[in-house]
Amino acid sequence: MPRFLIERLLQGVLVLFALYTITFFLSKAMPGEPFTSEKNISAETKANIRKLYGLDKPIWEQYLAYPKNIITKGSFGISTSKGRPVIDIITQSFPNSLILGLCALGFAIGIGVPIGILSAVRKNSWIDWACMTVAMVGICIPSFTIGPLLQIYVAAHIPGLKVAGWGNLEDILLPSITLGLVSAAYLARLTRGGILEILSQDFVRTARAKGVSPIQVILRHTLRGGLLPAIAYLGPAFAALISGSFIVETIFQVPGMGQHFVNAATTRDEFLLLGLSLFFGFLIVVMNLLADLLTGLLDPRVRHTEGID
Amino acid sequence: MSLFKIKNLKTYFHTRGGTNRAVDDISFSIDKGEIVGLVGESGSGKSVTCHTILGLLPQPPAKVEGGTVTFDGEELLGLSQPLLRAIRGKRISMIFQDPMTCLNPYLRILDQIIEPILIHENVSREIAEARAIEMMKKVGIRDAQARAHSYPHEFSGGMRQRVMIAMALVTKPDLLMADEPTTALDVTVQSRILKILRDLKDDLGVGVLFVTHDLGVVAELANRVVVMYRGKIVEQGNTQDLFKNPSHPYVKGLLACRPTLETQFKILPTVEDFLHTKIEKDGSYTLSDQPDAEEKLAKLTCEVKNEREDKSTPTSLLHVSALQVHFHSGGGFLGSPHKTIRAVDGIDLQITRGRTLGLVGESGCGKTTLGRAILRLQENKSGSILYDENELTKLSQPEMLPFRKRMQIIFQDPYASLNPRQTIEQALTEPMLVHKIGTNQSERRERIVSLLEEVGLGAEFLLRYPHEFSGGQRQRISVARALAVEPEFIVCDECVSAMDVSVQAQVLNLLRELQQKRKLTYLFISHDLSVVKFMSNDMIVMKNGKIMESGDAEEIYKNPKSDYTRELLDAVPKGTLSE
Repeated sequence: MPRFLIERLLQGVLVLFALYTITFFLSKAMPGEPFTSEKNISAETKANIRKLYGLDKPIWEQYLAYPKNIITKGSFGISTSKGRPVIDIITQSFPNSLILGLCALGFAIGIGVPIGILSAVRKNSWIDWACMTVAMVGICIPSFTIGPLLQIYVAAHIPGLKVAGWGNLEDILLPSITLGLVSAAYLARLTRGGILEILSQDFVRTARAKGVSPIQVILRHTLRGGLLPAIAYLGPAFAALISGSFIVETIFQVPGMGQHFVNAATTRDEFLLLGLSLFFGFLIVVMNLLADLLTGLLDPRVRHTEGID
Repeated sequence: MSLFKIKNLKTYFHTRGGTNRAVDDISFSIDKGEIVGLVGESGSGKSVTCHTILGLLPQPPAKVEGGTVTFDGEELLGLSQPLLRAIRGKRISMIFQDPMTCLNPYLRILDQIIEPILIHENVSREIAEARAIEMMKKVGIRDAQARAHSYPHEFSGGMRQRVMIAMALVTKPDLLMADEPTTALDVTVQSRILKILRDLKDDLGVGVLFVTHDLGVVAELANRVVVMYRGKIVEQGNTQDLFKNPSHPYVKGLLACRPTLETQFKILPTVEDFLHTKIEKDGSYTLSDQPDAEEKLAKLTCEVKNEREDKSTPTSLLHVSALQVHFHSGGGFLGSPHKTIRAVDGIDLQITRGRTLGLVGESGCGKTTLGRAILRLQENKSGSILYDENELTKLSQPEMLPFRKRMQIIFQDPYASLNPRQTIEQALTEPMLVHKIGTNQSERRERIVSLLEEVGLGAEFLLRYPHEFSGGQRQRISVARALAVEPEFIVCDECVSAMDVSVQAQVLNLLRELQQKRKLTYLFISHDLSVVKFMSNDMIVMKNGKIMESGDAEEIYKNPKSDYTRELLDAVPKGTLSE
């Protein structure tokens, strides 16, 4: 187990470094620079600002300076557009995205998994057909359609509920439904497929021959294996959910992290872009590791061959 | 009164393609403490019978059309699912064919064995666990207390089947249905499992319905035999009588077509030599004796392999020395310790032109890896492969190409080894294109047709896809594909293992016939000693990647030198009566 963890963590560091390298050179390749603006700034002032941010140095020095600052000072640079440390921006906005993401995830699992199980158990019945049609529709409709539709409905029929805003407990309801819907639909389909796959296995027939009841066949013999595809999907999906969505945050005015991804790119805010990318990469690495550990917990064969034991 | 009685049972499958009478009006019974062998080839309806009894069939498409199944005075057909569940696993238990897939990989062994106790009996978990471990000891699982907490993948195939048996018998059922329980196992493991079943039957007084395609197994085990063919029972009776005086032509054929260690045939008899099937226009059929069956058989038996000996001076075609193939598993990112599996560990062998070298061994002994390494489908670690004076191990893959034309392989599973999206014509054209045989497609098609005819198929199959063929036909196509490039050497890797004995006999006869006609050299790999005996001039016995014994095939069967060979030979079901 410890060896497996150390290996995976080291791999993660490599992945993050590769991610940094690609993002760094891509952002350098972008046309324009942080201080291009309609205001006329003197060449001297510009040079000073560039010096302040360390942008006057040769490119390879900049390339090495950023990771060095992370390790030695714990600094992810200063946002050129906001003038604040990148780390502050992340720590301020991430909790909001995290809460929203967790609720969306809870919604997705709470809706998607039971629907998937129901569909699998009632395979080829009208229930299955209806569930899978709804799931397909859920995947197809983008959040910028679902979000406003929900807002219109709430505004017209539920007077107590605000259509947008952040701060009260109930504010979280609409954005998390909007954000979680696609994941719920994917989960339903993955769960259905996973369970059907297991239901066709020989050991399910063995269980039935032992006199195990249909409910216990599902709960005891099918669910563990049947959920594995859903868990593999949930690793990266979870990372994506909690790192914020520009669209959902904009529609419902949530002060989350998603908006910064887009703003950093449009304002050529190099350091914010790098910081956010690395943070997102970090989340992905960690969530994938968690998903793998969970898979190992559920499937003893994986534990054995990958040495998680 | 018998414990268990089936009367006029009919189970049909209704599909869009029509009605399949899988089980068609069968009747038989089992007494307490009796072993009844239910024998038939694949598709004869034997498994469907078992599943019907326990109500495990998916309905629809299956439908029980009539008959009664009486168990201990109670009618099972039409029983509600909850009532049936109370009987399943408690009074009637079942063991299935493939122990690798029939245990739940996600649950510990112990949890699976105690499950039927906890479902059916009102006892505490502690008592159930104690009983489960007791039963594990009885089926011969050593160190049961400790191993009970392992998962199925930590057990070998034979051990898993013991777990299945323990799980089936832990509730002390009155009837045990065993559906091909030893078919997927090695012979030595099979003989141990059969012994366990025999002992436990006496110990627990349980009635056993033993389903198998192998008459040899039944002879050693069953009190009575029921033979099924196309959903009907063609013959049933006391094991002794049935083996000594079979009355139905199908049973006669079945008994004759199985190669045994004692008999020597030039050509194996087939079921068709005995059984004449007359199909009427409405799809019904009548079975009758083939008039000249006895004469034919007599002729086959006396023509002992004179022609197998080649009179010309033998020249070596293949010379393998000190061949090693290793596999590595594990080995992570940090170079964590990995295991080395020595699949082939220093093998020397020689194959003479026009002869057959039989390669025998149990699963995991490295025989398949050896066959593939010789064809360089698997990289070897060291050693030399001298093919017709050419060192193959030094050649790059492009340099191997001319040799690929001379060396071919036929694989075990004819279902998996033909591309389902290629027609037969495409499948046979491909190797010809690679080796630039034939100038245009019409010329190649001509060759394909003659190849198909050579393996007993016809031109009408050219445009069909593999799924339209039976297993035996597919293997004939695989043979034709191997022959398409006019090879001189063919590796037959367990190429009849997946087949019914009757089909197996046909394919073996075909391979022998082709060998003589085309002067082919075979490396014949199999786990089945009787099949290897029929096919081979020389023979090698392999275990753990090493050769245990090699030499003249006849000589090895007569006087096995190594203990392992003797053990293998003893484990083969003789197909003769034990009493």
